[in-house]
Amino acid sequence: MKHTIQALVENKFGVLARIASLFSARGYNIASLAVGETQDPTVSCMTIVVNAQDEGILEQIKKQLHKLIDVVTVIDFTRREYIDRELILVKLKKDKKQLDLGKLAKNKSVRVIEDKKDYKIIEICADRSQIEDIFKNLKKFKIKELVRTGKIAMGK
Amino acid sequence: MNKKLKGSQIIIESLKKEGVKVIFGYPGGSVIPLFDSLYGESIKFYLARHEQGAAHMADGYARSTGEVGVCVATSGPGATNLTTGIATAYMDSIPMVAITGQVKTSLIGNDAFQEADVTGITRSISKHNYLVKDIKELAKTIKEAFYIASTGRPGPVVIDLPVDIQMQEAEFSYPEKVELRSYNPTLFGHPGQIKKALRTIYKAKKPVVIAGGGVVSSSANKETVDFAKKIKAPVTATLMGLGGFPAKEDMFLGMPGMHGTVYANMAITDSDLLISIGCRFDDRITGKVDAFAPDAKIIHIDIDPTSISKNIKVDVPIVGDAKNILGQLTQEIDEKKLPDLTSWHKKIKEWKSKYPLTYDQKKRVRLMPQYIIEEIYKQTKGKAIVSTEVGQNQMWSAQFYKFNYPHKFLSSGGLGTMGYGFPAAIGAKVANPKKEVIVVAGDGSFQMNIQELATLATYGIAVKVIILNNNCLGMVRQWQEIFYEKRYSATPLKNPDFVKIAQGYGVKGLRIKKKTEVKKAIKEILESKEAVVADFWIEEEENVFPMVPAGEAINRMIGGMA
Repeated sequence: MKHTIQALVENKFGVLARIASLFSARGYNIASLAVGETQDPTVSCMTIVVNAQDEGILEQIKKQLHKLIDVVTVIDFTRREYIDRELILVKLKKDKKQLDLGKLAKNKSVRVIEDKKDYKIIEICADRSQIEDIFKNLKKFKIKELVRTGKIAMGK
Repeated sequence: MNKKLKGSQIIIESLKKEGVKVIFGYPGGSVIPLFDSLYGESIKFYLARHEQGAAHMADGYARSTGEVGVCVATSGPGATNLTTGIATAYMDSIPMVAITGQVKTSLIGNDAFQEADVTGITRSISKHNYLVKDIKELAKTIKEAFYIASTGRPGPVVIDLPVDIQMQEAEFSYPEKVELRSYNPTLFGHPGQIKKALRTIYKAKKPVVIAGGGVVSSSANKETVDFAKKIKAPVTATLMGLGGFPAKEDMFLGMPGMHGTVYANMAITDSDLLISIGCRFDDRITGKVDAFAPDAKIIHIDIDPTSISKNIKVDVPIVGDAKNILGQLTQEIDEKKLPDLTSWHKKIKEWKSKYPLTYDQKKRVRLMPQYIIEEIYKQTKGKAIVSTEVGQNQMWSAQFYKFNYPHKFLSSGGLGTMGYGFPAAIGAKVANPKKEVIVVAGDGSFQMNIQELATLATYGIAVKVIILNNNCLGMVRQWQEIFYEKRYSATPLKNPDFVKIAQGYGVKGLRIKKKTEVKKAIKEILESKEAVVADFWIEEEENVFPMVPAGEAINRMIGGMA
């Protein structure tokens, strides 16, 4: 099962490597990882979506993260209300000159940011459940490229 | 304004501020400035003959004193040679600071001569590590390293030091305090959890206490005795916990697990409450997890939250320092609420008399290793520091030497590092020159760091080496005998003449082949003011029993139950 956890860490070189090597050494799976500075430049925030088979593994992941000297706090969103967002860029191939996005065009989370002769790039900025819906509608298009930032989250 | 010092001098001054008296290590290109600053200093330097040896010496120094051990090596191969020693200390939670040279900052990442990514390599085998890129950070880094190594769950900390940082100059002022917002070990048990533990204890009719390495590292041996006596629970000690509870006590059950006593394993399996003090439930202790103490509630005291409910699901976790928590528990126990344990004590007594720890003393051609250990125990009156290698020698020492005090048994428990025992004993003897320090080695493991005989001879360190020589890698051979139809693949050893080897290094060598010579030889070894290497020729096919096959339930033991 997927869980979203957040680690506030010292903004120093090598910290990301510590987190990554912890996950690989202990055989934990990362579904996504997003890192960036916070309002405090000495602190970075890592939002990690992990696959944990059971509660025990999730507990271990949290405790092991917290044990790292450079990790300041660990927040588990499993039982908390939170907002999440992910940014996705998709390059869609145009077979003819036109590409009608249909339903997607009306979706507020979807924006066309490039429209060229043979492709269109759309930006999706949405939460997990919306993304699932949008992806269903994307199926009928020819996707040339797709990149995602990984999820970021914030407690309510 | 503070005086300006070179980086290498800052290191020495900082180490002095930390109270470091001794460093073990080996020089090399990237630490020449550091060694130059060490020249003529009050800190005593011991030159090992291999960096791995230096790391184990620092470890033995730390285990036998509880203080932080320090080792130094150069960049690249010097540092990679240290890693086995760092990993050994990490697995057994030993406070250590390892300083490695690094190529100069401008060359890092360029595959320079003798460059290795030391912080990368040691990330998963150290408690923390640093690459110092700014001389202004140097003193602060050393302060933090010692603090992290010695507090909470102790462990090794690596400081990687580029050679140019050692040569730059900066003002030196050693920080008074460490401020780490992200590192605050919990020291006292949560009062709610203490109450919950007490309620659990009041209900238990068959309690067992497991003393782990945490008892030794927290020096909570007295508190463990007070607590166990108050609740009248029998106590078993893991390999790392030996000496944490006096072996001479009636309530002592010996070691549990794979080569534990039958009665310890029976008691655990039958118990209705296990109280683990600083034991992390290693697979060598639990055997088959589902069958481990199936009817027991578990109270787990540990300073490291990750050790709790990692292998065994715990009912009452208490995070904190064992010494404090045991104090809290003992103080709050209401003796009137404790149930009568007479029948439990009776049962344990029966197991103890029915399945004693024993060995076959007759019909043997060569010496019995257990007899040698028993004799060493008798003649040292249990007061020696005993360091072991890994394998059969380690298990026989754990079984037949009775440890009554903490910090007396030095053994690589977690990592199981062959080649650990001999250099660790050197480190322990340097720290405790007046105490008897004995290494129990195998003929295989002794050869993994045999070059440290030179260190022994150079500094006149009177470590006594007992080789239990069975001309094979005994523990693997034992598994091959029992589980692989005696197909002795790569376990027979053609050994050198250990007496001549010792003599070649300028160390006294003895060979003992007959049972009638054992007592006298051990007396001679112990009375010697100098180092001795004693080559005892033991039964080649003697096994360590009892034994729980890997992955089996711990009450299903081979040997010792007949």
